[in-house]
Amino acid sequence: MADVYVYDHVRTPRGRGKKDGSLHEVPSVRLGAHVLKEVRDRNGLDTATVDDIIFGCVDAVGEAGGDIAKASSFEAGYKTQAPGIQINRFCASGLDAINFGAAKIAQGADDIVIAGGVESMSRIGLGMAGGAWFMDPSVAFPAYFMPQGVSADLIATKYGFSRDDVDAYAVESQKRAANAWEKGYFRQAVAPVKDINGMTILDHDEHIRPSTDMQGLASLNASFVMPGEMGGFNAVGIQAHPEIETVNHVHHAGNSSGIVDGAGVVLLGSKKGGKSMGLAPRARIKAFANIGSDPALMLTGPVDVTEKLLQRAKMKLEDIDLFELNEAFAAVVLRYMQAFDIPHDKMNVNGGAIAMGHPLGATGAMILGTVLDELERRDLNTALVTLCIGAGMGTATIIERV
Amino acid sequence: MAYKNFTVETDNDGIALVTWDMPDKSMNVFTMEVMDEIEAICDATTADDKVKGVVFTSGKKTFSGGADLTMLKGMFAMMAEEKAKDAGNATKKLFDAAGRMSWLWRKIETCGKPWVSAINGTCMGGALELSLACHGRVAADDKSVKMGLPEVKVGIFPGAGGTQRVPRLTNAQDALQMMTTGSSLSPQRAKAMGLIHEIAEPKKLVATAKKMIKDGLKPVQPWDEKGFKAPGGAVWSPQGAQLWPAASGILRRETNGNYPGALAILKCVFEGLQLPFDTALKVEQRYFTHVLQTPEAFGMIRSLFVSMQELNKGARRPADVKPTKFKKIGVVGAGFMGAGIAYVTAKAGIPVVLVDRDMEAAEKGKAHSADIVKKGVQKGKTTQEEGDALLSLITPSSDYADLDGADLVIEAVFEDRDIKKTVTEAVEDVLKPASVFASNTSTLPISGLAKNSKRPKNFIGIHFFSPVDKMMLVEIILGKKTGDKALAMALDYVAAIKKTPIVVNDTRGFYVNRCVLGYMNEAYNMLIEGVPPAMIENAAKMAGMPVGPLSLNDEVALDLSQKILKAAIADLGEKAVDPRHMDLVNTMVDKHGRLGRKNGKGFYDYPAKPAKKHLWPELKTLFPQKNADDIDVEVLKQRFLVGIALEATRTMEEGIVTDPREADVGSILGFGFAPYTGGAISYIDAMGAAKFEELCKTLAKSYGKHFKPTRIVQELAKSGETFYQRFGQEDAVKQAA
Repeated sequence: MADVYVYDHVRTPRGRGKKDGSLHEVPSVRLGAHVLKEVRDRNGLDTATVDDIIFGCVDAVGEAGGDIAKASSFEAGYKTQAPGIQINRFCASGLDAINFGAAKIAQGADDIVIAGGVESMSRIGLGMAGGAWFMDPSVAFPAYFMPQGVSADLIATKYGFSRDDVDAYAVESQKRAANAWEKGYFRQAVAPVKDINGMTILDHDEHIRPSTDMQGLASLNASFVMPGEMGGFNAVGIQAHPEIETVNHVHHAGNSSGIVDGAGVVLLGSKKGGKSMGLAPRARIKAFANIGSDPALMLTGPVDVTEKLLQRAKMKLEDIDLFELNEAFAAVVLRYMQAFDIPHDKMNVNGGAIAMGHPLGATGAMILGTVLDELERRDLNTALVTLCIGAGMGTATIIERV
Repeated sequence: MAYKNFTVETDNDGIALVTWDMPDKSMNVFTMEVMDEIEAICDATTADDKVKGVVFTSGKKTFSGGADLTMLKGMFAMMAEEKAKDAGNATKKLFDAAGRMSWLWRKIETCGKPWVSAINGTCMGGALELSLACHGRVAADDKSVKMGLPEVKVGIFPGAGGTQRVPRLTNAQDALQMMTTGSSLSPQRAKAMGLIHEIAEPKKLVATAKKMIKDGLKPVQPWDEKGFKAPGGAVWSPQGAQLWPAASGILRRETNGNYPGALAILKCVFEGLQLPFDTALKVEQRYFTHVLQTPEAFGMIRSLFVSMQELNKGARRPADVKPTKFKKIGVVGAGFMGAGIAYVTAKAGIPVVLVDRDMEAAEKGKAHSADIVKKGVQKGKTTQEEGDALLSLITPSSDYADLDGADLVIEAVFEDRDIKKTVTEAVEDVLKPASVFASNTSTLPISGLAKNSKRPKNFIGIHFFSPVDKMMLVEIILGKKTGDKALAMALDYVAAIKKTPIVVNDTRGFYVNRCVLGYMNEAYNMLIEGVPPAMIENAAKMAGMPVGPLSLNDEVALDLSQKILKAAIADLGEKAVDPRHMDLVNTMVDKHGRLGRKNGKGFYDYPAKPAKKHLWPELKTLFPQKNADDIDVEVLKQRFLVGIALEATRTMEEGIVTDPREADVGSILGFGFAPYTGGAISYIDAMGAAKFEELCKTLAKSYGKHFKPTRIVQELAKSGETFYQRFGQEDAVKQAA
């Protein structure tokens, strides 16, 4: 098997995923094209040598439908030899795109792959692709389907995280993200989105709220009380975890991932691919894994997949210098740290999606880039990137610097 | 052409009035013969050029109760026979049989001439499905007119187009609600939902129906028109996205996933709304065929329909005793139970004398009835006149002499042998020798109480459940010397008050309470093991029990449990009670003063409304708690069901309960034993005694010898018989047919 290396990565800033968000005017395909252009121009790629473009995209309908990877390549002006494919594993799609690319390279099928994802949540809307998982009783019933927020509240209830616990985590996420922006840690990764005339549309993550404090968060009502009760989902959660008497609803917009627009890619290659591009590798994709997990808790897959991955890679928790777990909901990260007894100073050290947002299909690529930059900045070696996933799954990847 | 069950009269306007009036039935039901005749009528009216349209109505007070469920039973029998011959072909045969009604209704719907259903009374199940297939529907404006698709209550679902036509007439949410609960609708509600077109004065019902045809009713259903859209929006629409995820969530909340019939309704509607109508009917037929073959359908139809009907008709009544027409009934003890008994007696139109120590207590007992009446009037369930008539039948009294002339006297005084003795003697002093004395004791063996009687032949137990006006079961307990006359009269009384009787022989706790006690004991065991209390409660509910055992114990009162345990030790010795149980109850009652709901603190805390009750937080500190993830909830569920079922087999082995129908129906009506199983004995029969024996052995190894299979289970496991075969009810199904 060939070694797989990371040569570069780039992402858009994340725009608020609403009609008044800065990136709302930018079509999905243009977000994709933007990061494709950036990664090409920064690295002087001959796009005819790109063996594949793999984009994660969760709500791949309408303008994001069909094959948005190939579509983006046209707008980016890629040569026609570069193919593209869109994949979907919900929130981990961006990281799975990288893993799929890595697998193709390892197998020897490809030498150069651009992998990442794109999501314009303001333009398409969460859940617009539909799906049997939450609609069809033949699936929703055995899958213990419930809205992710209710699952997050179920996690908080089961593992004992109070409203204060999750709010405190959110405040810290905001603080860390603000600090990282202020100190310029994201400068290299973020390529401002510009219009056709070269005028800047957005050059920073606009969901971030550095002034967030406990008092402010305390004023927010929990978001999932209504669906939990009216939709029967509390009962669904309790039937899956019957030691729970009542679900404690603790999550709200302030301690959950933000809805945003954005795209991100990682440039992957074999040693040979790197040579042909004339680039030095920055990190190696050491191992990756997927797993299905408790569908009712839904978002605890990172715990299960981390166990599986470390075992497969014959590694220990102590071998990991930094952890990057998508902040879908505060309780997801708190549970992960609790399960493995990971200190907070190794976890999401530059904040995460609670502060900066979670553009579903793109996030996996974005956070892998974030943690790679941080490994370099701190001169550490190894990081584990993981995301929780709808329907109860987990994806994780270990990278190490070379 | 002459029909056996129908008359057809065509008027000068060319409208054929089809009147359904089965000669040998009090209510019209669908049988094979009825369906054959409807098909013949459809063919004849379609072919006859003089006929412009058809009005379909009933000649009885009710329209129809729907399918004769014995017909389904016939299908079960056919299926078993066919499976033995040719398993592959058997499914196809069942599929065809299951679709017969559906395609006949479709034939009417597409015959080219307008049909109008004139709904003159209760219209249920297949009859409503037939009506929905008619192009016009008009219902009589009368309180007695109720429409519904109640199939889900006996484990199946509306399989003759119901799941397709209802959500094409009304929004899918209301359609699901109506079908998954089996609730019935008034004409007003049905019209608001769009299920019927018109409501007419009862006298003008047929005329209104005919007028619809004369006014040019189109013989084409909306869904057979081009461009039809379901009123609730498409499945894949914003409305659909609002509805469907919650539909599965709510169904799980309401059913715990135990009812395949209910889930099939969701699937039929979800899939069917995305299909052309004929294909949708076929999908419904596939699910219907499947659900018919589930043990849930078999068990529920047998127990909740056939057996219940048989018991209600007096299956256990000695035939040679003349029926009693009750002129007067006495109730002694005007506490909560006695007051309830007085209410249900008066509700049946029987005069009742309610006796207590003083007038104040007796009046208070009557006030209980006044309360129920008042609430009923407020809710529109009864009228003031009816309520007043009911109350006028209850005479409160403090004088035993007022019981003179009563056919039956029921005592519901304090559970104390001495008090009961005094009451029995006082009552018998004024009763005629032929009258029957009944005790509503729930804990004291009847034969012992009968020793207080001068005429034990006429002494019997009539055990009501609380609250009396809601609980449908009555347990009749035969003392050693109880005679046929007393039994017959007790059964006549239960029939008069429209409850379901089971007849059991005497034992401590009789049948129902023995099972209930086992249920609560198993919860004690779990508590002591360190199972999280919420998990105990939830596991029980997930197993299908209506109330968790700890919650139930709170309702019963913990100090009563304490008393019962102490009495058992006093009467039967230390070994009769698990000392850990005694300790637990003593700790709750004596140390923590937790008596149950009545003092606002038991296993639960009961804060002032609107706050909800919640488990007492300290309960977790009484025993070291296990990690919930290490506990298999399926095993907890089994422990509850197996424990109760084993107790039921014990009562059969001991001859307390002699008929599995009574064990099944009693378990469901008495304490809500997982209705989807068909009852405590059907639960065993469905899995087979051998598998049940294995399960018992496995549980006994880990959770105690009380799970050791009983002798009768071992015997049946060996012989391969079911309880219904062994106890002579294997053809209950056929008898009913």
